[in-house]
Amino acid sequence: MPLLEIQNLTVEFPTISGLFRAVDGVSLTCDTGEILSIVGESGSGKSVSMLALMGLLPSNARITADRMAFDGKDLLSLSARQRRTVIGKDMAMIFQEPMSSLNPCFTVGYQLGETLRLHMGLNRAERRTRSIELLKFVGIPAPEDRLGNYPHQMSGGMSQRVMIAMALACNPKLLIADEPTTALDVTIQAQILELLVRLQRENGMALVLITHDMGVVAETAERVQVQYAGQKVEEQPVSGLFRDPHHPYTAALLASLPERAVIGERLPSIPGVVPGQHDRPEGCLFSPRCTFATDLCRREVHEQGPDFGRALCNYPLRIGIPMGHPTLSVALAGEDA
Amino acid sequence: MAVSETKTAAPPSGLAEFWFYFSRNRGAVLGLVIFLVILCLAIAAPVVAPHSPTEQNRAVLLLPPAFAAGGQLTYLLGTDPVGRDILSRLIYGARFSLFIGLVVVSLSVVSGVLVGLIAGYFRGRIDTAIMRVMDIVLAFPSLLLALVLVAVLGPGLLNAMIAISLVNLPHFVRLTRASVMTERTKDYVIGSQVAGAGTMRLMFLTILPNCLAPLIVQATLAFSAAILDAAALGFLGMGAQPPTPEWGTMLAEAREFIQRAWWVVTFPGLAILITVLAINLMGDGLRDALDPKLKRS
Amino acid sequence: MLRFIFGRLLVLIPTFIGVSIIAFAFIRMLPGDPVMLMSGERVMAPERHAQIMAELGLDRPMYIQYFDYLVGLLQGDFGKSIISKRSVLTDFLTLFPATVELSFCAIVLAVALGIPAGVLAAVKRGTWLDQTIMGTALIGYSMPIFWWGLLLIIFFSGYLGWTPVSGRISLMYFFKPVTGFMLIDSLLSGQPGAFKSAVTYLILPTIVLATIPLAVIARQTRSAMLEVLGEDYVRTARSKGLSPFRVVGLHALRNAMIPVITTIGLQVGVLLAGAILTESIFSWPGIGKWMVDSVFKRDYAVVQGGLLLIAAVIMIVNLVVDVLYGLVNPRIRR
Repeated sequence: MPLLEIQNLTVEFPTISGLFRAVDGVSLTCDTGEILSIVGESGSGKSVSMLALMGLLPSNARITADRMAFDGKDLLSLSARQRRTVIGKDMAMIFQEPMSSLNPCFTVGYQLGETLRLHMGLNRAERRTRSIELLKFVGIPAPEDRLGNYPHQMSGGMSQRVMIAMALACNPKLLIADEPTTALDVTIQAQILELLVRLQRENGMALVLITHDMGVVAETAERVQVQYAGQKVEEQPVSGLFRDPHHPYTAALLASLPERAVIGERLPSIPGVVPGQHDRPEGCLFSPRCTFATDLCRREVHEQGPDFGRALCNYPLRIGIPMGHPTLSVALAGEDA
Repeated sequence: MAVSETKTAAPPSGLAEFWFYFSRNRGAVLGLVIFLVILCLAIAAPVVAPHSPTEQNRAVLLLPPAFAAGGQLTYLLGTDPVGRDILSRLIYGARFSLFIGLVVVSLSVVSGVLVGLIAGYFRGRIDTAIMRVMDIVLAFPSLLLALVLVAVLGPGLLNAMIAISLVNLPHFVRLTRASVMTERTKDYVIGSQVAGAGTMRLMFLTILPNCLAPLIVQATLAFSAAILDAAALGFLGMGAQPPTPEWGTMLAEAREFIQRAWWVVTFPGLAILITVLAINLMGDGLRDALDPKLKRS
Repeated sequence: MLRFIFGRLLVLIPTFIGVSIIAFAFIRMLPGDPVMLMSGERVMAPERHAQIMAELGLDRPMYIQYFDYLVGLLQGDFGKSIISKRSVLTDFLTLFPATVELSFCAIVLAVALGIPAGVLAAVKRGTWLDQTIMGTALIGYSMPIFWWGLLLIIFFSGYLGWTPVSGRISLMYFFKPVTGFMLIDSLLSGQPGAFKSAVTYLILPTIVLATIPLAVIARQTRSAMLEVLGEDYVRTARSKGLSPFRVVGLHALRNAMIPVITTIGLQVGVLLAGAILTESIFSWPGIGKWMVDSVFKRDYAVVQGGLLLIAAVIMIVNLVVDVLYGLVNPRIRR
C-alpha cells in the first residue's frame, strides 16, 4: 500500500455565482522515498488539492473523495483532533511565500520550538539543541544567532530554509512543497531545490513538489502529474513525459520551454487562458485552446489507459501524433511515413 | 471522465455587482428602508404629523402614550410638559436631524476632499503644514471643540453645524490624502501625466474618482456622527434652542421629568438611535460592497 | 527605543504650539474684549477699563501677548478662574483623577468585553453568533450615550432602585482624598462599606462611557482578526497541527492586536468627549462636567486653560500608545 493515496478528490467553494470547482476528480499516489511532482498553471488546483489533504482549506470548502489515506490511516474518518496529531508531524508542508509564511510577531526559535514541544514533547533545552541542529541541517550559518531573529530580519531564501527546518522538525514521512522556489531569486531557487532533494534522500521521506516550472520538474522529480483547470490530465515518469507527452496540454507546455526553442524562431505559446468559473466549457476543458479539438471533444472526454499516461484526452498523442483523430492522425501519420 | 456540471454564468459587472453585494447584506437593506421611511416622514412632515409641533394643549400636560394606561389615541406617543404632541415633534425633528447631517457632510466632504487632494498631490511643505493643522484639530476631543466653538459663535443650530463640520474635517483630509498618495504613484496616473494631462485634470478626473470608495463610506459614518453630535450639543443646551423640535434639545427639556414621565425621555432618544443605526447599517453595507478586500470569495 | 520616544516628543512641539495658539485665540475671538468678559454684567467706567487693560498687558501687540502667554504656560500658569479666582491648573489637578478613574474603568470594561467579542465573531463568521455580536456592537456604536445614561438611570436607579443617580460616593462617607481615585481612597479610609458604595456610584457611568469604545473595539477586533486569519502565517501555524485555540488565540490574535491597540489609543479622545456627556448626566465631578459648567458660566479663562490641558493629556496618551505600538510590533522596534 502506498504511503499516500488519494482517489477522486473534488474540492468546491461556494461563491456568489454558484459553486466553483477548484479540484475535479483528482487521484494520486506517492510512496516513501519518492518525489512526485504536480505541474500546472496557476489556477489548476494543484495547491488546493494538497491543502485539502492537510485540512487547511477554509471551512466553507466542500471536500469529497472516494479515498484519502496516509500511512495506513483513513484521513476522511479521522476527527479534527486526531488529524492534528498527523499534520505537522508525519505530514508537513512548506509554502510559496516564505516571507509571509512566518509569523512576524514571533522569533524563529519560538516558531521552531512550538512544533517540537507539541509533537515531540521536548523541554526548553532540548528544543534549543534540536532547533540549532535543524537550522544547521538546512544550511543556515550561525544558527545560534538566528534563533532570536524575527522573520522581517531575514531574506526570502533564509525564511524558506527556516520553513523547511520547521517542516522537518519531527522527521515527517511526507513533505509537501507548494511552489517552494517561485518567490525566490533564481540563484537561491537552485539552492533550495538541491536542499529539498538532499533532505528527501537523507531522510527517506516522500516529497510532493508542486510547481508550474517544467525546469524544476526535470531537475528533481521522478514521477509527474499534470493538472489543468482542476483536473489531472496526465501522469508519467519524468523521462517518459519529456520524451513523449501524451496530452496536448503537456506537449504544449513542454514546447513553450525556452530550452526547447528553435533558435531564431518565436517561442511557442498556448493561446487563451485557463477557463475560470464563468467560462468553463462543456466536454474537455482544454478544448478551446487545443489545436486537435473536435466536436466530440467539445461534448465529452475520456480518460486513457496507463499506456497513454492516463491522459484525459480523446486523441492522446504518441510521438506528437493524435491517435484516432478523424482527420489529423491519418494525415500526420502519412507525412511521417 | 466526469463532465463538469458547473453552471456557466456571465460575470456580474458595475452597478449590478454593487447592488448584488449591497443587497446581500440584509442589515444594509433594512437600514436603507428605515432611512427612506424617515426621509419620507421628514419631507411630508406637515401632512403626516397629527398636530403642530409647537401647539400647546394645556388640557393634556404629560399625557402618557396611547398604549399606556391613561393615554389618548390622538396623542399616540403622549405629550410633553407643556402639552405638545411628542409624535408630531419627533416627525418634525427628523427634518432637523437629516438637514444637519446633510449640511455637515456636504461642508466637510467638499472642503476636506479639496484640502486632502492638495496635500496628497503636491506633498512637500504644503502637505506638512496642512497635516500639522489637522493634528492640532485632532488633539482636542471632538465634542469639546464643537462645544467651545459654539460658545464662541453663540448657541444655535447653524453654529452647531459649522462647528461639527470643522471637527469632522480632519478625517476627510487624512483619508483623501492617504488614498491620493497611493494612487498618485500608480501607472495609470503616470501614464496620463506622460500623455500631457494637466494638474487639474490629473487631480480631479484621473485620481479623485479612484479614491471615492473609502470617502463614500466615511461620508456615511460622518452623516450619522453629525446627527449624534448635533443632538449631544442640543442636549447640553448649545445646539438648537427651544422650542425647536430637535431631538437632542427635546431630551434636554425632558430631563427633569425622567422619574415621572418615562416617555418624554424615551422617544426622542429612540428616534436618534434608530436614525443613526439605519445610516450606520447602510454604511456597513456600502463598505462591504465598495471594498473589494472585504468581499467574500 | 529612547530615540524613538524622543523623536515623537519633538513632533509634538509644533502641535502643542498650535494648540496653544488656538487656546490663546479663543478668548480673543469672543465678542467683546477679555476685560469686559471678565467683569461680566457690571458696567465699568472707560478709564477703569483702560487701566485694567494696561495692568493685564492687553493693550500691547498680539504677538507679545501670545509670547507672554506661552512663557506663562511653560511656568505652569494656565490662568485663573474669573469666578472662583482659583488657579485653573489646581482645579484641573483636583478634578482630573475623577475623570481618569471613570475613563480607566470604562476602557478596561471595553477592552475586556470588546476583544473577546470581536475574536468570537471573527472565528464564528457568518453564524447567528457573529450577527448577534455585530448587531449589538452596531447598536452600541450608534447609541446617543446621553440618552442611554438617562435610560439606565430610569431603569436601575428609578425602577429597581439599585444604583444611586449622581456623585462619586454616598454622603455617609467622608474622608480626605489621598490619591483622588475614589476606589483606592475608599479602601484606604478603612470605613466599612465605603468601597462598595464607591463601586455602586461608578457602575452606571462606566457602562455609559464604555459603550461606544466597546462597540468600536469589538468591530475593529473582528475585522483585524478576519484579515489576519487569511494570512499565510496562520496557515503555517495550522499546518503545524496546533490546536485552533492556539492558532487563533496566539498566532492570529498577536498580529490582530497591532491595529486594535491603535484603535484603543484613539478611544482616549472619544472617552474624553464621552466624559463631557457622561459626567454631566451623572453629576460626576470630573473635568468634563467642569468644562461644560465653565462654558455655561462663561468662565472663559477656565475654558481656555482646560482646553489646553485636555489637549496636552490627549497628546501624551497618543505618544504612550505609539510607544506601546512599537513594543507589540517587532517590525517597528529596533
